[in-house]
Amino acid sequence: MSKASDLMSWIDERIPLTNTWDKHVGKYYAPKNFNFWYYFGSLALLVLVLQIVTGIFLTMNYKADGELAFKSVEYIMRDVNWGWLIRYMHSTGASMFFVVVYLHMMRGIMYGSYKKPRELLWIFGMLIYLVLMAEAFMGYLLPWGQMSFWGAQVIISLFGAIPFVGDAITLWLRGDYVVADATLNRFFALHVIAMPLVLIGLVFAHIVALHEVGSNNPDGVDIKKVKDANGKPLDGIPFHPYYSVKDLVGVVVFFIVFFAIVFFAPEMGGYFLEHANYIPADPLKTPEHIAPVWYFTPFYAILRAMPDKLLGVIAMFTAIAVLFFLPWIDRSPVRSIRYRSVQYKIILIAFVIAFIVLGYYGMQPVTPAGTWISRLCSLIYFGFFVALWFISRDEKTKPVPERVNY
Amino acid sequence: MKLLRLVEPAMRQVSSCLAATVFTVSVLVAAPQMAFAAGGGAELEHFTPERSDRSLQRGARVFVNYCMGCHTADYHRYSHLARDVGLSEAAVVENLIFTTDSKGEPSKIGSLMESNMTKEYGKEAFGAVPPNLALVSRSRGVDWLYTYMKSFYLDESRPFGANNKVFPQVGMPHVLADLQGWQKPVYEADAEGHEVFSGFQQITAGKLSAAEYDATITDLVSFLDYLGDPNREARHSLGIKVMLFLLVFLVLAIMLKKEYWKDIPHN
Repeated sequence: MSKASDLMSWIDERIPLTNTWDKHVGKYYAPKNFNFWYYFGSLALLVLVLQIVTGIFLTMNYKADGELAFKSVEYIMRDVNWGWLIRYMHSTGASMFFVVVYLHMMRGIMYGSYKKPRELLWIFGMLIYLVLMAEAFMGYLLPWGQMSFWGAQVIISLFGAIPFVGDAITLWLRGDYVVADATLNRFFALHVIAMPLVLIGLVFAHIVALHEVGSNNPDGVDIKKVKDANGKPLDGIPFHPYYSVKDLVGVVVFFIVFFAIVFFAPEMGGYFLEHANYIPADPLKTPEHIAPVWYFTPFYAILRAMPDKLLGVIAMFTAIAVLFFLPWIDRSPVRSIRYRSVQYKIILIAFVIAFIVLGYYGMQPVTPAGTWISRLCSLIYFGFFVALWFISRDEKTKPVPERVNY
Repeated sequence: MKLLRLVEPAMRQVSSCLAATVFTVSVLVAAPQMAFAAGGGAELEHFTPERSDRSLQRGARVFVNYCMGCHTADYHRYSHLARDVGLSEAAVVENLIFTTDSKGEPSKIGSLMESNMTKEYGKEAFGAVPPNLALVSRSRGVDWLYTYMKSFYLDESRPFGANNKVFPQVGMPHVLADLQGWQKPVYEADAEGHEVFSGFQQITAGKLSAAEYDATITDLVSFLDYLGDPNREARHSLGIKVMLFLLVFLVLAIMLKKEYWKDIPHN
């Protein structure tokens, strides 16, 4: 026995290192027909790590104080060595996190990855999405610019629409009668400690759940049904080295896009870093047009489309909550869009269009035409789930093959 | 080839779905815009900032002489200014530092570009504290700044005798009036008989000709553009190297992937 294997067995007798590696990487069998859409899971993990690492370096020079916060960000941008790179990576990372997560969710919907036995996997994913929104919202307050301040003011005031306890809740959330130093301090604590801890825990659960049931694939075929003499799925290949090298290609392509933004267009024309956020927060001066960052705007558009504030708040939260129930709303046994009916494809395309259009109108100032289009798209958004419930019951699906297409 | 046959119908379907999505989204997004396209607010002149050291140096001179009396830029340091616009620290100390520290001594080269006017005085004199200009190019944009600096006009009804076409009722006086001279707006009746602003007419001459004044504003706004994003040059030059590295890495990553994946049999 060599020295190295001696050491390994010494460790393995004390902690299941080899076992864990094999179970999750070396002998984790993934379907061999993953396509473009399957890059976004590993990319989401990559962005999470990027955000945590850049975030740690930002906290070293950031000051969570109403008087100092804005200036400390400029200090990072101008005086700290490589501060601008760290900060732009963090701000670009926030938006790219949502780009990656939205595409990852789209993949899950298209290929029915939420269906039995992956319901919990989907629910963990939805919880991650929810916490990610809270994380992003709180992080956006920290630069303490005008849009940070007024965005937080508007979103927190939404809770005021809740009957009876609304005002008490908004006061409790802010810790003051307006967004103020107390709010900034608690958002900082939640942004750098509480939310990331929850996020990492949920991501861990998400991956454990995935590896327990195995990955779905673009054909929605269960690869565990066809195994070879050794009990390995015939259409499965070990995650390492096959998907580690494939995902590496995805990582490099992602980095090309990511760093092109960081180095050449960090503001992304005002979509990733809003122009008004270069003015320090001023509680006495409301900006002409308050818009959340792009990744919240579909839900913001649904909120504004409703004629009543409470109704709007309910609609907005329902729009997110309804996604949790997708595994039970969709009653078709066929997973992948490849073998589903034309009706299903039509409502899914309509859903995607409505979501994008809502995202656009959520960024724009209110106009009568915009409001009516937002209402139409809100209707399509919710209509998707209603239609899915009915369509999926006796859906005319195509026969699903025994083995994957590769 | 088998793979191609398999993939082709799927690709065609995917691309037609994509086309339908893009088309519908653009119709829903563009339609209301067309209805409003006829209208329009104050028009801004398009401005492309100069990036040469000479222009930035001249802009810095205008900035410290005419702007920093009231406006602070205390996110940025004189020493960084020296480094970025190609001046020695001695030259900056000698020519560009007019502010003083709390002891009344001239500001040090490493200090922030802080105006000597207090916030209280600014508020009392102008009704509002003159804003920090270090980031104004990022909040307002260079087009706005360029047009704004050329749009002051004589208006006796205002406390400082000046008003502005881009920022009506602005609290700021026309600081560069001795350079530009005074102008007044000219209105013409349009087809429907409404009075429409058509341009400025020079009333009194300043020290500079119109072309020289434009050049001065070009330098000033170019400097503000630098001040808002001082690392741009470093960012771009590093960015190109990172892109080249990633492209080479991409080729290697693809080759590595192909090498491993050639063992995987097709069904």
